[in-house]
Amino acid sequence: MRAPSPPAHADPTLSAATVAPAPLTDNSEGMAYLDKLPRRIVTVYLPLLVILAVLLFPFYWMALTAIKPDEQLIDMERYNPFFVVSPTLKHIQKLLFETQYPRWLWNTMYVSVAATALSLFASVLAAYACVRVRYRGASWVGAAIFLAYLVPPSILFIPLATIIQAYGLYDSPLSLILAYPTILIPFSTWLLMGYFKTIPYELEECALMDGASRWQILVKIILPLAFPGLISAGIFSLTLCWNEFIYALTFLSSTQNKTVPIAVVSEFVDGDIYRWGSLMAGALLGSLPLVILYSFFVEYYVSALTGAVKE
Amino acid sequence: MADAALTHDRPAPASGRTAWERLRATRGWAGFWFMLPTALILGLFLAYPLLKGIWLSFTNAKIGRAGVFIGLENYEWLWDDDVFWLSVFNTCLYTAIASVVKFGVGLYLALLLNKHIPFKSLVRSIVLIPFVVPTVLSAIAFWWIFDSQFSIISWSLRHLGIIDGNIDFLGRPDMARACVIFANIWRGVPFIAITLLAGLQTVSPSLYEAATIDGASPWQIFYKITLPLLTPIIAVVMTFSVLFTFTDFQLIWAMTRGGPVNATHLMATLSYQRGILSGSLGEGAAIATAMVPFLLAAIGISWFGLQRRAWQSGGDDR
Repeated sequence: MRAPSPPAHADPTLSAATVAPAPLTDNSEGMAYLDKLPRRIVTVYLPLLVILAVLLFPFYWMALTAIKPDEQLIDMERYNPFFVVSPTLKHIQKLLFETQYPRWLWNTMYVSVAATALSLFASVLAAYACVRVRYRGASWVGAAIFLAYLVPPSILFIPLATIIQAYGLYDSPLSLILAYPTILIPFSTWLLMGYFKTIPYELEECALMDGASRWQILVKIILPLAFPGLISAGIFSLTLCWNEFIYALTFLSSTQNKTVPIAVVSEFVDGDIYRWGSLMAGALLGSLPLVILYSFFVEYYVSALTGAVKE
Repeated sequence: MADAALTHDRPAPASGRTAWERLRATRGWAGFWFMLPTALILGLFLAYPLLKGIWLSFTNAKIGRAGVFIGLENYEWLWDDDVFWLSVFNTCLYTAIASVVKFGVGLYLALLLNKHIPFKSLVRSIVLIPFVVPTVLSAIAFWWIFDSQFSIISWSLRHLGIIDGNIDFLGRPDMARACVIFANIWRGVPFIAITLLAGLQTVSPSLYEAATIDGASPWQIFYKITLPLLTPIIAVVMTFSVLFTFTDFQLIWAMTRGGPVNATHLMATLSYQRGILSGSLGEGAAIATAMVPFLLAAIGISWFGLQRRAWQSGGDDR
């Protein structure tokens, strides 16, 4: 269900950004009827197809390499490299049964889910406090949280590594579970603040009069209404965790603790010319869960992406 | 803001007798508990490391050794270091070219997607896939596409009769730079296209109809209507894009690790190599800290973009 839209919004761009997964489809045909088909083919469809082909080719190539037998991979004269004859599951089988790939996949999932849950919990509380508790200085805290979003991991990883070492968390998944929320919380808080603002004040006032506490209001009224926002923030956070590289590279050292992105880069890269099959299979299997998840929640993902930017 | 009228309810005069009870009854106390988890995490793992990084850059800390204050020695050392300046040059070049092209292609793609096309939402979902897939994994696919022996691009060009031998994509400095910039553009375009598309969809079609009736050319419509209305979003999106391109690490690390002959070393990768791999934490932290002025410049640009937005939509300058 969608959060009710605000009673009266002064700023039209704001309301567009804060309303739950905005229906981004444009139903009006506008002036498109003025363009005739041959013209549209040249000005719209052709460029679009070229761009789509370039965007998707690396994935085709990844998938093709993952199922190609080795002799076809290195003999590009006898076999046309764009296609595969007698595909094989050898690379994927090798990946799953001769390496620790399932373990790495599990690590990635475990860290991503735990970090996402932790940051959702923290950012729900923070966003609610900034928007509705309105303690003194709430707007400054909101701005500070947005600024935190602009601090990139690339300038933090060295000092953070020394801190992780000092806390005794080095080479433990817990280090990532605690470090990732620094990337996720600013973004999620900002997104959820937008959703919370769209929930009418009157609902909370009614609940207060009926004797509900702040906590009850949050859990029983605000959260169910802002559910689409929670899903958006959760999905986006999961993909960010899955994607994260530099912290995982710096904080983890033993093979069995690695996440997929790190393991694929560090464990398969050797001088062997036959490595490509398993490397591409590793990249494919590491991307698939995320793409499948994304395909189920496209609208939420897009609203997270655009909502965070528009606010 | 819509709920501006609702902010008038100041904290009710607390009725408790002692200071402790008064404190517990105020909003500040509730706000404190609600903010606690966020404050702890951001304080311990964001603000503290940020300050510690600046401190480390003034010390000679190594991995496993705390180090002592040595003033500006790390920075003086970097000032005379050709590799550091090369990495600064690479980072600026990488950011400038990639951002400009990403913006151009992204805006073009957004305009295409905003047209009346069949399977619009499906196409939009497909466009975003490069952004969803982990960067490292797609970078590895690019590494394979740009392989010196088995590159599919070399193969195609050879069979089309354009070149004789294989192109050593990642082995020659300028070629390697072009390849990593291309990979960065490939990954960044979907983000820019989709966010700008969201901005385009808030532009009312009636504006375009009115302009057409007044006899405006397509170029005039784009330049006088679309672009001004899109400027606020462009400012924010490009700030993010510049910020994350400038501090990019994983794409380079997966494709070239800074090679050949440091031609693709960015400041972030150099900082990792010196700070973690070679163990000179102080020097690595100094390189990372040297990125901060650039980041502040990017945030400043975003700030001015946002100000213009408040003015455009009839609000006050904040």
